Amino acid sequence: MISYILRRLVAAVILLLVVTAVTFGIFFLLPRLAGQTADQLAQQYIGKSPTPADVAMVKHNLGLDQPVYLQYWHFIKGIVTGAEYNLGPTTAHCDAPCFGYSFKNHVAVWPELTDRIPITLSLAVGAAVIWLVAGVTVGVVSALKPGSFFDRSFMGVALAGVSLPIFFTGQLALLLFTYQWPIFGRTYVPLTTNPAQWANTLFPAWCSLALLYSAIYARLTRSGMLETMNEDFIRTARAKGLPERTVVARHGLRAALTPIITVFGMDLGLLLGGALITERVFSLHGIGEYAVQAINDNDLPPVLGVTLLAAFFVVLCNLLVDLLYAAADPRVRLS
Amino acid sequence: MTAPIDTTGAQAEVQPEAVLAGAKGQQIEGRSLGRIAWNRFKRDKVAVAGGVIVILLILVAALARPIQSLLGLDPNAFHQDLIDASTSLPKGGMGGMSADHPLGVEPKFGRDILARILEGSWVSLVVAFGATVLSNVIGAILGVVAGYYGGRVDAVISRLMDTFLAFPLLLFAISISATLQGGAFGLDGLPLHICVLIFVIGFFNWPYLGRIVRGQTLALREREFVDASRGMGARGPYILFRELLPNLVGPIIVYSTLLIPTNIIFEASLSFLGVGIQPPQASWGGMLNQAVDYFQVDPQYMIVPGLAIFVTVLAFNLLGDGLRDALDPRSR
Repeated sequence: MISYILRRLVAAVILLLVVTAVTFGIFFLLPRLAGQTADQLAQQYIGKSPTPADVAMVKHNLGLDQPVYLQYWHFIKGIVTGAEYNLGPTTAHCDAPCFGYSFKNHVAVWPELTDRIPITLSLAVGAAVIWLVAGVTVGVVSALKPGSFFDRSFMGVALAGVSLPIFFTGQLALLLFTYQWPIFGRTYVPLTTNPAQWANTLFPAWCSLALLYSAIYARLTRSGMLETMNEDFIRTARAKGLPERTVVARHGLRAALTPIITVFGMDLGLLLGGALITERVFSLHGIGEYAVQAINDNDLPPVLGVTLLAAFFVVLCNLLVDLLYAAADPRVRLS
Repeated sequence: MTAPIDTTGAQAEVQPEAVLAGAKGQQIEGRSLGRIAWNRFKRDKVAVAGGVIVILLILVAALARPIQSLLGLDPNAFHQDLIDASTSLPKGGMGGMSADHPLGVEPKFGRDILARILEGSWVSLVVAFGATVLSNVIGAILGVVAGYYGGRVDAVISRLMDTFLAFPLLLFAISISATLQGGAFGLDGLPLHICVLIFVIGFFNWPYLGRIVRGQTLALREREFVDASRGMGARGPYILFRELLPNLVGPIIVYSTLLIPTNIIFEASLSFLGVGIQPPQASWGGMLNQAVDYFQVDPQYMIVPGLAIFVTVLAFNLLGDGLRDALDPRSR
């Protein structure tokens, strides 16, 4: 078991390195491949009407005059050990997980990220609980009586659910439940301040996010359950004389849930790295909103930071899922 | 051993055509697999409805510009006279609906919503189809190669697919679109944005089809016709593209039909976040992005593009589900 954990950890670290390289490449290599020069890049970071002196300074400060592999090395070094930054007249020290400074307002990226994590975490975890319960329940009940009225109507709703983009359902939910009939609050309140109000304001966001995901999960669970309930071991369980409830819950659902947990780990990890669209619609100042804002300002260090954080959460959730499997199923450890 | 059916006597001598006349003298037709699937599909009324809507949508998108000029609508013309200067909302109720502007006008600039919806339809479908073709080409080739050759090749490609699926794709897509916004590959403006969107969406969606094709290839490569082809001296590329891929057309069509709606939502999401199609070019996601600031006071502007996306995506999903059930009844 320990060697399995170690192997998985090494794989996770390698994957993270790949992600940093790709992310870095997107920002600093891809524009050059597409035919932009270092001067043009530096100009983008300054914004409107730059003087040649400004361009030269920014180019030097960002290290755009260095070869790309050196820039990457400095970036990785900054994350691990911290870095000195030349901010015009002064130099600033940026502590260990250093993701640099925003080009627009010169605020450090990492503290900004840690400030916003609780909001994104509240949004993602709340929605995840709702969609996991709703999606799996609907999927199982539909699979038990395929073709029934219940099955057909719920699968119809699920198909409509996967066809609705969040930026539409979110705005509809806001319009109906916070403006037309003001049931829910409009401004985010931290959980530690007032749990009831926290849940009250987040509820429309949870539901819009959960509608899409429960539709996906209901469809996944249904097809998984249909397949599993035709397996030989289910017939054996029935032949042993087990009550149907035990057959479904202990034998059927347990096998059908395995692939769903894998998908769940990935989805939750992705959402923890910022639910960009939901946060934009509901004006939640989470990680995703930070990224969207930075993208619209053409401010690349925050985007880089958010991308890496998201990748980190995805890798972490995948790792946890893998370890859970290994604990539950000894066969996994050998492969 | 005796034959199960009595074939002695005159019956054994009859022509094959006569045997095909079944009970009550009815003609028994030989039906191809495609014909069987088509008959099964025709019975699925919901899927047929989806297919009809899809065809209509494609027609509307292809004829978007002629329809605009026929109705005398310009997607980029400002109508400040229809906007209340103090609130920047359309004058009159119902989002400024009138005979001249059947779906109303947008807040602030007063551009015609129907014209912009039509304009958004072709952008949406061009990007979705282009991206689907791109990810199908990558996914089908890598999938069939991984499934046929197996071993180390398979390990590398499968690992690549897993890695792609583990990436925060939306963020990467956004980053790439954002960095290329200024101009790239000698392109600029609308053609650039459409090409970047097709590339970004297609490039990140291929592992889904890649996995399916790989799985099907694993089963197909053990079949006799592949052995026969190899026995006749055919080599790798010939077997891959002339023997295996034609047998994979069914699943590829089904999953393409199901990938298009995903890509439509992907395009709309990117445009919604401001990194897809850039204004003043109309796009459904872009309209919903602007609607965020107005939906409490002018819900019309949010509902129309939202419904356009919903109807389009739902129609493609219904068609795709129907095709899947028709071509592969076991997957129901």
